[in-house]
Amino acid sequence: MSKLGLDPATAARARRLAARAAEPIIEMARTHTTMSVERALLRLAGLSGADPGGMPWVNHLAEAVRAQVGIEHGVALPVWDALLTGPHGGLRELAEAAAAGRVVFRLPEGADAAAARRAAGRAAEAGLARIDARRAERDRLLREVGDPPHPWIYLIVATGDIHEDIPQAQAAAREGADVVAVIRSTGQSLLDYVPEGATREGYAGTYATQENFRLMRAALDEVSAELGRYVRLTNYASGLCMPEIATLAGLERLDMMLNDCMYGIVFRDINPRRTFIDQRFSRQIHARAGIVINTGEDNYLTTADAVEAAHTVIVSQLLNERFAHEAGLADAQLGLGHAFEIDPALPDSFRLELAHAQLVRELFPHAPLKYMPPTRHMGGNVFAGYLLDAFFNLAGMMTGQSIILIGMMTEGIHTPWLADRDLALENVRYVRAAAGRLAEDFAPRPDGFIAQRARRVLAESVELLERICDDGLLHAIADGTFGVTCRPPDGGRGLDGVAERADGYYNPAIELLDGRPSAHHDAEVPA
Amino acid sequence: MTADSASTQIIRPYGDTTGDGMVQVSFTLPVPHGLRAQAAALHLAAAMGLEPASVVHAKPMGPDFTFFIVYGRVRHLIDYARIPEPPGRAYPLLTAAEINLAVRAALGRRLVVVGACIGTDAHTVGIDAILNVKGFAGEKGLEYYREIQVVNMGAQVAVEELLARARAEGADAVLVSQVVTQRNAHLDNTRRMAAAFAAAYPDAAGPGRGRPLLVAGGPRFDTVTAADLGVDKIFGRGTTPAEVASYLVHALLPAAGAGEGR
Repeated sequence: MSKLGLDPATAARARRLAARAAEPIIEMARTHTTMSVERALLRLAGLSGADPGGMPWVNHLAEAVRAQVGIEHGVALPVWDALLTGPHGGLRELAEAAAAGRVVFRLPEGADAAAARRAAGRAAEAGLARIDARRAERDRLLREVGDPPHPWIYLIVATGDIHEDIPQAQAAAREGADVVAVIRSTGQSLLDYVPEGATREGYAGTYATQENFRLMRAALDEVSAELGRYVRLTNYASGLCMPEIATLAGLERLDMMLNDCMYGIVFRDINPRRTFIDQRFSRQIHARAGIVINTGEDNYLTTADAVEAAHTVIVSQLLNERFAHEAGLADAQLGLGHAFEIDPALPDSFRLELAHAQLVRELFPHAPLKYMPPTRHMGGNVFAGYLLDAFFNLAGMMTGQSIILIGMMTEGIHTPWLADRDLALENVRYVRAAAGRLAEDFAPRPDGFIAQRARRVLAESVELLERICDDGLLHAIADGTFGVTCRPPDGGRGLDGVAERADGYYNPAIELLDGRPSAHHDAEVPA
Repeated sequence: MTADSASTQIIRPYGDTTGDGMVQVSFTLPVPHGLRAQAAALHLAAAMGLEPASVVHAKPMGPDFTFFIVYGRVRHLIDYARIPEPPGRAYPLLTAAEINLAVRAALGRRLVVVGACIGTDAHTVGIDAILNVKGFAGEKGLEYYREIQVVNMGAQVAVEELLARARAEGADAVLVSQVVTQRNAHLDNTRRMAAAFAAAYPDAAGPGRGRPLLVAGGPRFDTVTAADLGVDKIFGRGTTPAEVASYLVHALLPAAGAGEGR
């Protein structure tokens, strides 16, 4: 029963339009591949490590295949053919030899192709089995250690040094965090490779590497057992290496990943085609790994006005939902993002926030929504900031949000100090305890300000989706529809790593993931 | 506090009475909560010039830290008459709206900025922080400004490529970022870039008058001046996009930005 008097037919129409707008993009993703998708297969098959200069072996191997036979058939056949017919003991040796220019790759045919297919298929199956095992391990820990109730409290650490991050993350968990996110180093999303090893230097964040993932997950397992509740770990899949980072996250049992369909395009100037192709594979892997994705609609409101652009958030959420479902993610894995970013100087700003938050809650009743605190209107007045964060926490409780990122009163000044985090948690604990199940009692007046505002935003969303369907999503992005930034389909980084799949394209990971997209779809996902 | 002479004006912080000197501070000490921790907080307050002071709030934060809020009377006196007005930045810091307005009014078209990491430097963190919408330190990058057209060429761009692109785009400003400093690569690369632009625009009367404005940025330019490198401006570590955008307006559109301190 809608508190806002939303017309179910309007919501259904919005979903149909989103599906129509997404369809050509999905078709493109199904008929193209990228360097990062191909490298992700190699990572899934167990190839890791880097040369002494830090360039990963997966990059060397994929690059060598591209230079000799191209990637339009996929790297699987040339790579496993070289393994079967050459002297190399394994992928690592093959990659080293390829980097030294000592391997001749070919596209095998006939019986050789069938043999390479079988070998590559077995390697991909083994990789997916490792991801399945990590998912089963999470399920077991959630049962044994305990799963905290919603709303989850989401805290960020970002020292740049994994060995500093670990004690901070453990302290944050002890202070009440249910989810710890390790922010990545500035600019990692623009690297066309995934750095290796434990890292101690980053710019305003810590590099996402397999070893850093492993170290942090182990540290949080330790503190989860101590606290009697499973503390989730979040990182970021966005950027040029989305498929590979998603694979590493699955292999190292991360629990949530930032994975937005348009963030990289709008905010990082990554090529739109590259992003959508990479995104589909990365989400298929997340679906398989039982990872909850977090989408990035909050970011639109840091550039565009939170009132004028409210409907772009809804439109992006509907698109994210469609792309996610198509990739096999269940509703319980959709941490759709939105934010409390309306100018507090605006009259009725809190009522507007409530209208927007309740609208999102009602449109996506089964999604673990991620609600983001104010950033744009947080300045040097920490007292005013603390008050605004309390209102944000209250809006989150009143509208039943699922994942609440904790706002820091020093948001506009510096990365959080120890005391800032403690005060922020005190704020949310007070509001949570004081408001209790206020959402049950929150019933906006029928046809009152809040209900009307919500219905209007939904109507505007439908109008925008109609326009996007007419013009095409790539065209809408090029026009600056999202985050007031224009991104043409052939601009941005990473387009040279995109190839249209040739007849006979073979990627066993995609075959396995496409083959059973609904294996987990209806299952209860312990999110 | 009425001045005995016109040349002094003694002031103290104001709580609720002139001259009471009351201030509040908050801080964390890395010690467990308890009476001894409170005594330490009062010692710190006294050392900071707060006397008498009282701990109004002390809260443990985990086993090893305590958070304090302290009120006290500060004993320091300030002679306001001896505090000169500080010199402002040579140009005013403008908001995005002001920058867009200035460009529209003075140029009647978008201001074109071409940026790159030149030479072998692959560290685009600096140029991306200034140019990407995502920005830096909570500020959006230059791409966010409607009236600024940004061409970000990315990493490892040859000087010749940069020059050709700047010409093709009709660049008003060229931004280069240099992080790697091995064998002074950042200085050599920047000088080569400046020399190439000087050779390409021999008749230029100055930035915006026959050639693009040349701006270098990076964490290790603190030993040299802009003139040493042949560029118009150097920005160091921690520079925000708004500072760069304001400078572009100041240097290229003097009619729009000059002389109106804020």
